[in-house]
Amino acid sequence: MDLARHWRLKDQRYRLEGTVCAECGAKFFPPRQVCTECKSTNLKPHEFAGRGELYSFTTVSAPPSGHEEFVPYIVGMVKLDEGPLVEAQITDVNPADVKIGQRVEMVTRKLRAYGDDGVIVYGYKFRPIVNGS
Amino acid sequence: MQSVSVVGIGQTKVKEHWDRSLRELAVQAILGAMQDARVDHADALYVGNMLSGELTAQENLGALIADAVGLRGIEALKVEAACGSGGAALRAGYLAIASGEYDVVIVAGAEKLTESSNCYATASLAMAADADYEAIHGISFVALNALLMRRYMHEYDLVPEDFAAFSINAHANAAHNPYAMFPAPITLAQYQRARPVSEPISVMDSAPMGDGAAALVLMPTERLNGNRNRAVKIAASAVATDALALHARRDPLWFGAVELSAKKAYAQAGVTPQEIDLFEVHDAFSIMSVMSLEAAGLAERGRGAYLAREGEIGIQGRVPISTMGGLKARGHPVGATGVYQAVEVVQQLRGEAGKNQVPNAHIGMAQSLGGVAANAVTHIFVN
Amino acid sequence: MSVMKPKRDVGIIGYGAYVPRFRIRAEEIARVWGGADEGVPIEEKAVPGLDEDTVTMSIEAARNALARAGIQPKQLRAVWVGSESHPYAVKPSSTIVAEAIGAAGRANHDSPLLAADWEFACKAGTEALQAAIALVGSGMADYAMAIGMDTAQGRPGDALEYTAGAGGAAYIVGPAENSLAYFEGSYSYVTDTPDFFRREHQHYPQHGNRFTGEPAYFDHTLHAARGLMDELGYQPSDFAYAIFHQPNVKFPQTAARKLGFAPEQIAPGLLAGKIGNTYSGAAMLGATAVLDIAKPGDRILLCSFGSGAGSDAFSWVVTDKILERRGRAPKTAWYVARREVIDYALYARYRGKLVMN
Repeated sequence: MDLARHWRLKDQRYRLEGTVCAECGAKFFPPRQVCTECKSTNLKPHEFAGRGELYSFTTVSAPPSGHEEFVPYIVGMVKLDEGPLVEAQITDVNPADVKIGQRVEMVTRKLRAYGDDGVIVYGYKFRPIVNGS
Repeated sequence: MQSVSVVGIGQTKVKEHWDRSLRELAVQAILGAMQDARVDHADALYVGNMLSGELTAQENLGALIADAVGLRGIEALKVEAACGSGGAALRAGYLAIASGEYDVVIVAGAEKLTESSNCYATASLAMAADADYEAIHGISFVALNALLMRRYMHEYDLVPEDFAAFSINAHANAAHNPYAMFPAPITLAQYQRARPVSEPISVMDSAPMGDGAAALVLMPTERLNGNRNRAVKIAASAVATDALALHARRDPLWFGAVELSAKKAYAQAGVTPQEIDLFEVHDAFSIMSVMSLEAAGLAERGRGAYLAREGEIGIQGRVPISTMGGLKARGHPVGATGVYQAVEVVQQLRGEAGKNQVPNAHIGMAQSLGGVAANAVTHIFVN
Repeated sequence: MSVMKPKRDVGIIGYGAYVPRFRIRAEEIARVWGGADEGVPIEEKAVPGLDEDTVTMSIEAARNALARAGIQPKQLRAVWVGSESHPYAVKPSSTIVAEAIGAAGRANHDSPLLAADWEFACKAGTEALQAAIALVGSGMADYAMAIGMDTAQGRPGDALEYTAGAGGAAYIVGPAENSLAYFEGSYSYVTDTPDFFRREHQHYPQHGNRFTGEPAYFDHTLHAARGLMDELGYQPSDFAYAIFHQPNVKFPQTAARKLGFAPEQIAPGLLAGKIGNTYSGAAMLGATAVLDIAKPGDRILLCSFGSGAGSDAFSWVVTDKILERRGRAPKTAWYVARREVIDYALYARYRGKLVMN
């Protein structure tokens, strides 16, 4: 069930916590231990705002095991406003309404469950930005 | 470093081998290669394989297969670099000879993908990507390539039909390869009608999963003796890596590892990309062919798909690729594929490729990719 | 005085709604099971997506509440989730919500936090709200969050299937001086009345049909609402709006009439016809819809009902802080209007009603 593994990743999964290089300011999601820009190992936690635009997307109908119950689902790459790309599911939208370049925002959803008696893994997905104010 | 040559090749047909185990397939290919090389011993065996543990509950393939093939006692181990495992095993075998450590080395690639359910195999193949940041999101290996293809089409204003010629070429070539999984030509209409897997990728853009094994016997070029006639020299062997996850790459539409390993290989062999007579490209998906051709310097950036459309990739073309069917139509037993590619280049350079023979083939390149080109293993062969 | 009110004045400083986007029309359920001749109790109900549950829906409502409150998550001293559809039988939803909104976890080791799940059929959320009022009112905390959220299940073919919906709301209680609606008092009333229940390990609840009405919903709702008004010395006309628990459209309308409220006082907070009965979320979500439109000075009656049985009645008065805060997050009406209609087949799939193993 990978209990410790998913527990370990919750800051990233729930709140898009990545890292920022204390030396050169480069921002990373997922977090890195070594800066790709200046090789510094002095990186600090950095929470991303969770908004960006869709870089690419596709639909999965032949799923890897553990994801069967969700098909068909949309997966995508999101270019966060702070720079990094992140891969995640795109939710709350019909495939026909998804477009490259679309503005999206992070939501927290169920990523998968380990059967009916196992742990439920929650984490980030993205959806077209809601403007319901 | 001493020069290394391939002196023997062997392969099984790629298909769903319900009746044969991983070890039986490996033994068949290795015995074929040893017979072809006319050797009855070897100093070491390197087995390229990705998923034996996950799909057949069997690791430690080195000892298992060395013993099964009658070579109990020799150095033997498994080499894993996802779908590039076969190429990586060849790299290991190459180094073992080039370093002067051994005189006869066997390189095998073996994979059995059809032992488990499809969803399970799909999940296993996704292990080639980043488990914590790609696979957990249900992003299958096909989906990763679909993400690239969609963006590529967006950037360069292409439609799926622009990729059709890769599949058509692969199937046309496979028709004359008795070892191919799908030895039948396809038409553009069949391509257009194909069932989508992860849009824009359809089944006709995807290499089929299959079981199979291939093998090579390597020796120092200086000690070929009676094998000299049919020997093919390995003029370059180079490996490079990129970020494993697509999101971590500076430019997801550029195969950095392909460029690095190809450049190293060209330098080692002292050739230019234009001098390559044939290229066994890692065409697991059409988009991989396109991006590999560009990064390897065989097409300009954004023009990889045009190469196929203009007929340059056929047997008689300027850059023949997938000459025995490629991953697309010969089949893709993932960890074995890199060795199949090497076997096919040797067939071409020996002049034994039959109806698929590339005329005046002297320099052939094989490139085995692990993950979505996170790992690129390039070998250049000359006769 | 038997009205309940803490010594320290408190109020709502932030609120957030959530309703999932799928809808099934009541007539579609009637098509599958018959029964359309008898009329249907609502138009349509909200259905959660495959990747949604009480936890994920609570997280979005909680984030909306935080956005309106304008406080840091680590200022919260309690995150309480009231629901009858917690995804785990054992393991709190509230700790997941608390971490997701940044109120708990590694960065909060210096900020104590209470978290717990509450269960009292449809009044679990307002029970948590009472506790949040008490926690802040006692001075133990400056800010506490109470959520009422459900993804309710009705047995296929049962009358409940027409109404068992999904949605809810989150409230942050804080000092009255920082509130967008200050608290005047509450009145709670409970009895042992088995009108509706679900036994351990059962997927669907049992209910007493008409027994759920007079001795259950009406007795408790009217008693609590009258108790509150009597104690505070108010008449229905003193309230701009009233929100009642809404298992359907008719019950809250009847309760309002019996209490002397006019239809226009309850209409803005009566969402059941469009999203169904959101159980623990129902009254609380009706109240977010009202807060979205209320004017400073408006007095609001909020009265929940939970089977088993009991009611919590609250009186709130809107302050001028509502004006700057309510635009900071999506409004309830936006969630209600966001809709994707599905048929019974998709509904059966989304709600886990297909036998897969």
